[in-house]
Amino acid sequence: MPQIFHHSSNTLSKISIISALVVLGGVGAALFELMADSSYATNQGVMRVQPVQFSHSHHAGSMGIDCRYCHTSVENAAFANIPPTKTCMNCHSQIWTNSKELEMVRASFRSDESIPWVKVHDLPDFVYFNHSIHVKKGVGCETCHGRIDQMPLVYQKNSLEMRWCLDCHRNPEQYVRPPSEVFTMGYKPPEDQLVMGARLVKENHIQKLDNCYTCHR
Amino acid sequence: MALQDFWSLWIPTRWLKLPTNFWSKPILAFGFAAILTGCRQDMHDQPKYKPLRHSDFFEDGRTSRPLLAGTVARGEMHDDVAFFTGKNGKDDIDVFPIAIDKTVIERGHQRFDIYCSPCHGRLGNGLGMIVRRGFKQPPSYHIDRLRQAPVGHFYDVITNGYGAMYNYAAQIAPRDRWAIISYIRALQYSQNANVGELPPGMKAQLPSMDKVAPPSAVSSPEIKGSSEQPNIPKGTPATPMGEAK
Repeated sequence: MPQIFHHSSNTLSKISIISALVVLGGVGAALFELMADSSYATNQGVMRVQPVQFSHSHHAGSMGIDCRYCHTSVENAAFANIPPTKTCMNCHSQIWTNSKELEMVRASFRSDESIPWVKVHDLPDFVYFNHSIHVKKGVGCETCHGRIDQMPLVYQKNSLEMRWCLDCHRNPEQYVRPPSEVFTMGYKPPEDQLVMGARLVKENHIQKLDNCYTCHR
Repeated sequence: MALQDFWSLWIPTRWLKLPTNFWSKPILAFGFAAILTGCRQDMHDQPKYKPLRHSDFFEDGRTSRPLLAGTVARGEMHDDVAFFTGKNGKDDIDVFPIAIDKTVIERGHQRFDIYCSPCHGRLGNGLGMIVRRGFKQPPSYHIDRLRQAPVGHFYDVITNGYGAMYNYAAQIAPRDRWAIISYIRALQYSQNANVGELPPGMKAQLPSMDKVAPPSAVSSPEIKGSSEQPNIPKGTPATPMGEAK
Protein backbone atom coordinates (compact mmCIF):
# COMPACT_ATOMS: atom_id res chain seq x y z
CA MET A 1 0.00 0.00 0.00
CA PRO A 2 1.49 3.29 -1.09
CA GLN A 3 1.83 6.08 1.38
CA ILE A 4 -1.05 8.54 1.33
CA PHE A 5 1.04 11.61 2.20
CA HIS A 6 4.11 12.72 0.34
CA HIS A 7 7.27 13.01 2.40
CA SER A 8 7.08 16.84 2.29
CA SER A 9 3.89 16.69 4.32
CA ASN A 10 6.03 16.40 7.41
CA THR A 11 7.51 19.84 6.82
CA LEU A 12 4.23 21.33 5.63
CA SER A 13 2.40 20.15 8.70
CA LYS A 14 5.03 21.65 10.99
CA ILE A 15 4.97 24.97 9.14
CA SER A 16 1.18 25.11 9.09
CA ILE A 17 0.92 24.34 12.80
CA ILE A 18 3.46 26.99 13.68
CA SER A 19 2.02 29.58 11.33
CA ALA A 20 -1.46 28.86 12.61
CA LEU A 21 -0.21 29.55 16.11
CA VAL A 22 1.46 32.76 14.95
CA VAL A 23 -1.66 33.94 13.14
CA LEU A 24 -3.89 33.07 16.06
CA GLY A 25 -1.50 34.86 18.38
CA GLY A 26 -1.56 37.89 16.13
CA VAL A 27 -5.31 37.89 15.90
CA GLY A 28 -5.49 37.44 19.66
CA ALA A 29 -3.15 40.36 20.24
CA ALA A 30 -5.13 42.52 17.82
CA LEU A 31 -8.39 41.61 19.54
CA PHE A 32 -6.77 42.37 22.86
CA GLU A 33 -5.77 45.82 21.65
CA LEU A 34 -9.21 46.48 20.20
CA MET A 35 -10.85 45.37 23.41
CA ALA A 36 -8.52 47.41 25.60
CA ASP A 37 -9.23 50.54 23.57
CA SER A 38 -12.94 49.95 23.26
CA SER A 39 -15.43 51.93 25.24
CA TYR A 40 -16.24 48.66 26.98
CA ALA A 41 -12.89 48.90 28.73
CA THR A 42 -12.35 52.68 28.86
CA ASN A 43 -15.99 53.71 29.41
CA GLN A 44 -15.50 56.44 26.84
CA GLY A 45 -18.79 57.86 25.66
CA VAL A 46 -20.88 55.82 28.08
CA MET A 47 -23.69 57.90 29.55
CA ARG A 48 -24.31 57.22 33.21
CA VAL A 49 -27.75 56.93 34.66
CA GLN A 50 -27.69 58.96 37.87
CA PRO A 51 -29.96 58.66 40.91
CA VAL A 52 -31.26 62.13 40.02
CA GLN A 53 -31.15 62.87 36.30
CA PHE A 54 -29.25 66.11 36.73
CA SER A 55 -28.77 67.89 33.43
CA HIS A 56 -25.56 69.81 32.96
CA SER A 57 -26.86 71.04 29.63
CA HIS A 58 -29.69 72.78 31.49
CA HIS A 59 -27.78 74.14 34.47
CA ALA A 60 -24.40 74.95 32.97
CA GLY A 61 -25.68 75.47 29.43
CA SER A 62 -29.03 77.22 29.42
CA MET A 63 -28.78 78.75 32.90
CA GLY A 64 -25.17 79.73 32.41
CA ILE A 65 -24.12 78.72 35.90
CA ASP A 66 -20.35 78.65 36.24
CA CYS A 67 -18.69 75.25 36.80
CA ARG A 68 -17.26 76.56 40.05
CA TYR A 69 -20.64 77.41 41.54
CA CYS A 70 -20.95 73.71 42.37
CA HIS A 71 -17.46 72.30 41.83
CA THR A 72 -15.98 74.72 44.31
CA SER A 73 -12.76 72.88 45.06
CA VAL A 74 -11.57 72.51 41.49
CA GLU A 75 -9.19 75.47 41.72
CA ASN A 76 -7.69 74.57 45.07
CA ALA A 77 -7.71 70.81 45.43
CA ALA A 78 -6.70 67.67 43.61
CA PHE A 79 -10.30 66.51 43.66
CA ALA A 80 -13.06 68.50 41.98
CA ASN A 81 -15.89 67.99 44.42
CA ILE A 82 -19.38 66.83 43.70
CA PRO A 83 -21.46 69.47 45.47
CA PRO A 84 -23.30 68.68 48.69
CA THR A 85 -27.09 68.54 48.52
CA LYS A 86 -27.22 71.98 50.10
CA THR A 87 -25.82 73.50 46.92
CA CYS A 88 -28.82 72.12 45.00
CA MET A 89 -31.13 73.53 47.63
CA ASN A 90 -29.67 77.04 47.26
CA CYS A 91 -32.02 77.34 44.31
CA HIS A 92 -34.36 74.36 44.64
CA SER A 93 -35.63 75.49 48.00
CA GLN A 94 -37.73 77.81 45.85
CA ILE A 95 -37.72 76.42 42.34
CA TRP A 96 -39.44 73.14 41.37
CA THR A 97 -40.30 72.55 45.00
CA ASN A 98 -42.99 70.02 44.11
CA SER A 99 -41.09 68.19 41.43
CA LYS A 100 -41.10 64.41 41.83
CA GLU A 101 -37.77 64.26 40.09
CA LEU A 102 -36.26 66.31 42.92
CA GLU A 103 -37.81 64.38 45.79
CA MET A 104 -34.57 62.51 46.32
CA VAL A 105 -32.71 65.82 46.64
CA ARG A 106 -35.16 67.14 49.21
CA ALA A 107 -35.11 63.83 51.08
CA SER A 108 -31.33 63.97 51.16
CA PHE A 109 -31.45 67.51 52.52
CA ARG A 110 -33.93 66.54 55.22
CA SER A 111 -32.22 63.34 56.28
CA ASP A 112 -28.60 64.40 55.75
CA GLU A 113 -27.99 61.24 53.75
CA SER A 114 -25.79 61.52 50.68
CA ILE A 115 -27.19 61.13 47.19
CA PRO A 116 -25.33 58.16 45.69
CA TRP A 117 -24.12 59.91 42.54
CA VAL A 118 -22.39 57.64 40.04
CA LYS A 119 -18.79 58.53 39.28
CA VAL A 120 -18.30 59.18 35.59
CA HIS A 121 -14.59 59.89 35.31
CA ASP A 122 -12.91 57.13 37.25
CA LEU A 123 -9.14 57.08 36.95
CA PRO A 124 -7.26 54.01 38.20
CA ASP A 125 -6.32 54.29 41.85
CA PHE A 126 -2.61 54.32 41.05
CA VAL A 127 -2.97 57.59 39.14
CA TYR A 128 -2.66 60.76 41.19
CA PHE A 129 -4.39 63.38 39.14
CA ASN A 130 -4.63 66.92 40.44
CA HIS A 131 -7.32 69.23 39.10
CA SER A 132 -6.05 72.45 40.63
CA ILE A 133 -2.69 72.50 38.87
CA HIS A 134 -4.24 71.70 35.49
CA VAL A 135 -6.79 74.48 35.87
CA LYS A 136 -4.14 76.89 37.05
CA LYS A 137 -1.82 76.17 34.13
CA GLY A 138 -4.50 76.70 31.51
CA VAL A 139 -6.04 73.31 30.74
CA GLY A 140 -9.68 74.08 30.02
CA CYS A 141 -12.46 72.02 31.60
CA GLU A 142 -13.63 71.38 28.08
CA THR A 143 -10.26 70.06 26.93
CA CYS A 144 -10.70 66.90 29.00
CA HIS A 145 -14.41 66.80 29.74
CA GLY A 146 -15.81 68.03 26.43
CA ARG A 147 -18.89 70.20 26.05
CA ILE A 148 -20.38 69.45 29.44
CA ASP A 149 -22.78 72.33 28.82
CA GLN A 150 -24.33 70.27 26.03
CA MET A 151 -24.60 66.98 27.92
CA PRO A 152 -28.01 66.18 29.39
CA LEU A 153 -26.33 63.31 31.24
CA VAL A 154 -22.61 63.46 31.61
CA TYR A 155 -20.45 60.95 29.83
CA GLN A 156 -16.72 60.59 29.60
CA LYS A 157 -15.67 62.42 26.48
CA ASN A 158 -12.14 61.09 26.25
CA SER A 159 -10.61 57.67 26.80
CA LEU A 160 -8.53 58.76 29.82
CA GLU A 161 -5.93 56.25 28.69
CA MET A 162 -2.33 56.97 29.55
CA ARG A 163 -1.41 57.70 25.96
CA TRP A 164 -4.14 60.34 25.96
CA CYS A 165 -2.63 62.00 29.03
CA LEU A 166 0.83 61.82 27.53
CA ASP A 167 -0.29 63.43 24.30
CA CYS A 168 -0.72 66.67 26.21
CA HIS A 169 1.97 66.12 28.83
CA ARG A 170 4.56 65.82 26.09
CA ASN A 171 3.29 68.71 23.98
CA PRO A 172 1.11 70.93 26.14
CA GLU A 173 1.28 73.83 23.66
CA GLN A 174 -1.27 71.98 21.53
CA TYR A 175 -4.01 72.45 24.09
CA VAL A 176 -3.26 75.10 26.71
CA ARG A 177 -5.52 78.13 26.92
CA PRO A 178 -5.06 81.60 28.34
CA PRO A 179 -5.96 81.45 32.06
CA SER A 180 -9.06 83.58 31.46
CA GLU A 181 -10.55 80.96 29.11
CA VAL A 182 -10.12 77.87 31.28
CA PHE A 183 -13.76 77.72 32.35
CA THR A 184 -15.15 78.73 28.98
CA MET A 185 -17.31 76.22 27.14
CA GLY A 186 -17.23 76.35 23.37
CA TYR A 187 -13.85 78.06 23.30
CA LYS A 188 -12.37 78.28 19.83
CA PRO A 189 -8.60 78.08 19.88
CA PRO A 190 -6.91 80.69 17.71
CA GLU A 191 -5.44 79.60 14.40
CA ASP A 192 -1.98 80.12 15.77
CA GLN A 193 -2.64 77.82 18.73
CA LEU A 194 0.86 76.35 18.54
CA VAL A 195 2.44 79.82 18.60
CA MET A 196 0.19 81.04 21.40
CA GLY A 197 0.58 77.69 23.15
CA ALA A 198 4.35 77.94 23.06
CA ARG A 199 4.10 81.46 24.50
CA LEU A 200 1.72 80.33 27.25
CA VAL A 201 3.97 77.40 28.10
CA LYS A 202 6.80 79.86 28.61
CA GLU A 203 4.81 82.56 30.39
CA ASN A 204 2.99 80.25 32.78
CA HIS A 205 5.98 77.98 33.39
CA ILE A 206 4.19 74.91 32.08
CA GLN A 207 6.46 71.92 32.40
CA LYS A 208 6.48 68.92 30.12
CA LEU A 209 6.15 66.34 32.83
CA ASP A 210 6.36 62.86 31.44
CA ASN A 211 8.18 61.02 34.19
CA CYS A 212 6.40 57.95 35.54
CA TYR A 213 6.38 59.47 39.00
CA THR A 214 4.55 62.58 37.85
CA CYS A 215 1.32 60.62 38.04
CA HIS A 216 2.27 57.28 39.61
CA ARG A 217 3.54 57.88 43.10
CA MET B 1 -19.01 49.87 36.23
CA ALA B 2 -16.02 48.32 37.89
CA LEU B 3 -14.26 45.94 35.59
CA GLN B 4 -13.73 43.37 38.23
CA ASP B 5 -14.68 40.24 36.39
CA PHE B 6 -11.59 39.40 34.49
CA TRP B 7 -13.13 36.66 32.38
CA SER B 8 -16.21 38.50 31.37
CA LEU B 9 -14.02 41.32 30.16
CA TRP B 10 -11.70 39.43 27.89
CA ILE B 11 -13.84 36.55 26.72
CA PRO B 12 -17.34 37.05 25.37
CA THR B 13 -18.77 34.38 27.65
CA ARG B 14 -21.93 36.41 28.02
CA TRP B 15 -22.68 36.27 24.33
CA LEU B 16 -21.56 32.70 23.80
CA LYS B 17 -23.08 31.47 27.04
CA LEU B 18 -20.11 29.24 27.71
CA PRO B 19 -18.58 28.42 31.06
CA THR B 20 -15.32 30.27 31.54
CA ASN B 21 -13.25 27.18 32.20
CA PHE B 22 -14.14 25.85 28.76
CA TRP B 23 -12.32 28.77 27.20
CA SER B 24 -9.64 29.33 29.75
CA LYS B 25 -7.67 26.18 28.93
CA PRO B 26 -7.22 26.60 25.19
CA ILE B 27 -6.41 30.24 25.67
CA LEU B 28 -3.77 29.52 28.21
CA ALA B 29 -2.45 26.95 25.79
CA PHE B 30 -2.11 29.66 23.18
CA GLY B 31 0.24 31.52 25.39
CA PHE B 32 -1.91 34.40 26.58
CA ALA B 33 -1.43 33.60 30.20
CA ALA B 34 1.25 36.21 30.64
CA ILE B 35 -0.83 38.92 29.00
CA LEU B 36 -4.15 38.09 30.53
CA THR B 37 -3.05 37.64 34.10
CA GLY B 38 -1.88 41.24 33.91
CA CYS B 39 -5.42 42.42 33.31
CA ARG B 40 -7.02 42.16 36.68
CA GLN B 41 -8.48 45.38 38.02
CA ASP B 42 -7.28 45.05 41.61
CA MET B 43 -4.83 47.91 41.26
CA HIS B 44 -7.35 50.08 39.46
CA ASP B 45 -9.80 49.67 42.29
CA GLN B 46 -7.78 49.53 45.45
CA PRO B 47 -9.48 49.14 48.82
CA LYS B 48 -8.53 52.61 49.96
CA TYR B 49 -10.39 55.80 50.70
CA LYS B 50 -10.47 58.55 48.13
CA PRO B 51 -12.55 61.74 48.30
CA LEU B 52 -16.31 61.08 48.35
CA ARG B 53 -15.82 57.34 47.83
CA HIS B 54 -18.39 55.12 49.49
CA SER B 55 -17.33 53.51 52.73
CA ASP B 56 -18.72 50.27 54.09
CA PHE B 57 -17.06 50.87 57.43
CA PHE B 58 -18.77 54.03 58.60
CA GLU B 59 -22.45 54.01 59.33
CA ASP B 60 -23.31 56.98 57.13
CA GLY B 61 -21.48 55.40 54.20
CA ARG B 62 -19.13 58.35 53.86
CA THR B 63 -15.39 58.21 53.53
CA SER B 64 -14.99 61.87 54.45
CA ARG B 65 -15.44 62.22 58.17
CA PRO B 66 -16.94 65.21 59.96
CA LEU B 67 -14.58 67.17 62.16
CA LEU B 68 -14.74 66.43 65.84
CA ALA B 69 -16.17 69.24 67.91
CA GLY B 70 -13.47 71.72 68.84
CA THR B 71 -11.10 70.77 66.03
CA VAL B 72 -9.03 73.70 64.82
CA ALA B 73 -6.95 73.21 61.70
CA ARG B 74 -3.72 75.11 61.29
CA GLY B 75 -4.40 78.66 60.20
CA GLU B 76 -8.11 78.23 60.97
CA MET B 77 -8.17 79.72 64.43
CA HIS B 78 -10.55 82.45 63.25
CA ASP B 79 -9.36 84.74 66.03
CA ASP B 80 -9.70 87.79 63.79
CA VAL B 81 -13.34 88.35 64.70
CA ALA B 82 -13.93 91.28 62.35
CA PHE B 83 -12.47 89.38 59.40
CA PHE B 84 -14.39 86.16 60.04
CA THR B 85 -17.73 87.55 61.21
CA GLY B 86 -17.91 91.07 59.79
CA LYS B 87 -18.89 92.27 63.22
CA ASN B 88 -17.39 94.33 65.96
CA GLY B 89 -19.25 93.19 69.02
CA LYS B 90 -22.88 93.32 67.89
CA ASP B 91 -22.46 95.93 65.18
CA ASP B 92 -21.56 95.30 61.54
CA ILE B 93 -18.18 96.77 60.74
CA ASP B 94 -18.07 99.46 58.10
CA VAL B 95 -14.38 99.30 57.29
CA PHE B 96 -12.91 96.49 55.20
CA PRO B 97 -10.72 94.26 57.36
CA ILE B 98 -8.42 93.67 54.38
CA ALA B 99 -6.62 96.11 52.12
CA ILE B 100 -8.64 96.69 48.95
CA ASP B 101 -6.83 97.23 45.70
CA LYS B 102 -7.61 96.57 42.06
CA THR B 103 -6.55 92.93 42.28
CA VAL B 104 -8.98 92.32 45.13
CA ILE B 105 -11.83 94.03 43.30
CA GLU B 106 -11.13 92.02 40.17
CA ARG B 107 -11.08 88.83 42.19
CA GLY B 108 -14.38 89.95 43.71
CA HIS B 109 -15.75 90.60 40.24
CA GLN B 110 -14.89 87.07 39.18
CA ARG B 111 -16.30 85.47 42.33
CA PHE B 112 -19.42 87.66 42.15
CA ASP B 113 -20.10 86.45 38.62
CA ILE B 114 -19.73 82.82 39.71
CA TYR B 115 -21.66 82.75 42.97
CA CYS B 116 -23.90 85.83 43.14
CA SER B 117 -24.86 86.73 39.58
CA PRO B 118 -27.18 83.72 39.07
CA CYS B 119 -29.68 85.55 41.31
CA HIS B 120 -28.41 89.11 41.79
CA GLY B 121 -27.57 89.59 38.13
CA ARG B 122 -24.27 90.80 36.77
CA LEU B 123 -25.28 94.40 37.44
CA GLY B 124 -26.49 93.66 40.95
CA ASN B 125 -30.02 94.68 40.06
CA GLY B 126 -31.53 91.43 41.33
CA LEU B 127 -32.57 90.16 37.92
CA GLY B 128 -30.34 87.13 37.56
CA MET B 129 -31.19 84.06 35.53
CA ILE B 130 -32.46 82.07 38.52
CA VAL B 131 -34.77 84.93 39.45
CA ARG B 132 -36.09 84.92 35.90
CA ARG B 133 -36.84 81.23 36.46
CA GLY B 134 -38.89 81.86 39.56
CA PHE B 135 -36.63 82.45 42.51
CA LYS B 136 -37.71 85.22 44.87
CA GLN B 137 -36.26 88.45 43.56
CA PRO B 138 -33.58 89.89 45.81
CA PRO B 139 -33.43 93.64 46.27
CA SER B 140 -31.25 95.59 43.90
CA TYR B 141 -27.94 96.75 45.36
CA HIS B 142 -28.76 100.17 44.00
CA ILE B 143 -31.23 101.19 46.67
CA ASP B 144 -30.52 103.57 49.50
CA ARG B 145 -30.79 100.95 52.21
CA LEU B 146 -28.05 98.81 50.67
CA ARG B 147 -25.93 101.75 49.57
CA GLN B 148 -25.79 102.78 53.18
CA ALA B 149 -25.52 99.28 54.65
CA PRO B 150 -22.14 98.69 56.28
CA VAL B 151 -19.80 96.19 54.60
CA GLY B 152 -20.21 93.89 57.58
CA HIS B 153 -23.88 93.48 56.68
CA PHE B 154 -23.02 92.01 53.30
CA TYR B 155 -20.47 89.75 54.94
CA ASP B 156 -23.07 88.52 57.38
CA VAL B 157 -25.54 87.82 54.56
CA ILE B 158 -23.01 85.82 52.55
CA THR B 159 -21.91 83.90 55.64
CA ASN B 160 -25.28 83.21 57.25
CA GLY B 161 -27.82 83.73 54.50
CA TYR B 162 -30.71 86.19 54.50
CA GLY B 163 -34.38 85.59 53.74
CA ALA B 164 -34.69 83.16 50.85
CA MET B 165 -30.93 83.22 50.28
CA TYR B 166 -29.07 80.30 51.79
CA ASN B 167 -25.64 80.88 53.22
CA TYR B 168 -22.60 80.68 50.98
CA ALA B 169 -20.09 79.97 53.73
CA ALA B 170 -19.14 76.60 52.26
CA GLN B 171 -18.78 77.91 48.73
CA ILE B 172 -16.95 81.20 49.25
CA ALA B 173 -13.86 81.55 51.43
CA PRO B 174 -13.80 84.50 53.89
CA ARG B 175 -11.23 86.47 51.93
CA ASP B 176 -13.25 86.05 48.74
CA ARG B 177 -16.37 87.24 50.57
CA TRP B 178 -14.62 90.52 51.32
CA ALA B 179 -13.40 90.70 47.73
CA ILE B 180 -16.98 90.24 46.53
CA ILE B 181 -18.17 92.99 48.86
CA SER B 182 -15.53 95.34 47.49
CA TYR B 183 -16.89 94.59 44.04
CA ILE B 184 -20.47 95.18 45.21
CA ARG B 185 -19.32 98.61 46.40
CA ALA B 186 -17.81 99.21 42.95
CA LEU B 187 -21.09 98.13 41.34
CA GLN B 188 -23.03 100.49 43.58
CA TYR B 189 -20.68 103.34 42.80
CA SER B 190 -20.98 102.62 39.08
CA GLN B 191 -24.71 103.44 39.26
CA ASN B 192 -24.45 106.29 41.69
CA ALA B 193 -21.36 108.33 40.93
CA ASN B 194 -21.40 112.09 41.01
CA VAL B 195 -20.53 113.52 37.61
CA GLY B 196 -18.71 116.38 39.28
CA GLU B 197 -16.27 113.98 40.93
CA LEU B 198 -15.14 112.33 37.71
CA PRO B 199 -11.62 113.07 36.53
CA PRO B 200 -11.62 115.48 33.56
CA GLY B 201 -10.46 112.84 31.09
CA MET B 202 -13.38 110.57 31.90
CA LYS B 203 -15.83 113.44 31.92
CA ALA B 204 -14.88 114.26 28.34
CA GLN B 205 -15.86 110.72 27.30
CA LEU B 206 -19.41 111.13 28.58
CA PRO B 207 -22.12 111.73 26.04
CA SER B 208 -23.45 115.26 25.98
CA MET B 209 -26.00 115.94 28.70
CA ASP B 210 -28.73 116.75 26.17
CA LYS B 211 -28.50 113.40 24.46
CA VAL B 212 -28.65 111.22 27.56
CA ALA B 213 -31.63 108.90 27.45
CA PRO B 214 -34.08 109.14 30.33
CA PRO B 215 -33.35 106.66 33.11
CA SER B 216 -36.44 104.56 32.34
CA ALA B 217 -35.00 103.60 28.99
CA VAL B 218 -31.68 102.61 30.49
CA SER B 219 -32.87 100.58 33.44
CA SER B 220 -33.48 96.87 33.16
CA PRO B 221 -36.87 95.38 32.32
CA GLU B 222 -39.06 95.24 35.34
CA ILE B 223 -40.17 92.00 36.90
CA LYS B 224 -43.33 91.83 38.96
CA GLY B 225 -42.91 93.05 42.49
CA SER B 226 -39.81 95.08 41.84
CA SER B 227 -40.46 98.59 42.97
CA GLU B 228 -36.90 99.66 43.52
CA GLN B 229 -35.00 100.17 40.33
CA PRO B 230 -31.46 101.47 40.09
CA ASN B 231 -31.55 105.22 40.05
CA ILE B 232 -29.16 106.03 37.28
CA PRO B 233 -28.02 109.63 37.42
CA LYS B 234 -27.64 111.45 34.16
CA GLY B 235 -24.34 111.04 32.46
CA THR B 236 -23.12 108.20 34.62
CA PRO B 237 -21.55 105.33 32.70
CA ALA B 238 -23.91 102.37 32.80
CA THR B 239 -21.20 99.75 32.87
CA PRO B 240 -19.97 98.77 36.29
CA MET B 241 -16.45 99.70 37.20
CA GLY B 242 -13.86 97.01 36.75
CA GLU B 243 -15.74 95.35 33.92
CA ALA B 244 -13.00 96.05 31.42
CA LYS B 245 -13.95 93.91 28.47
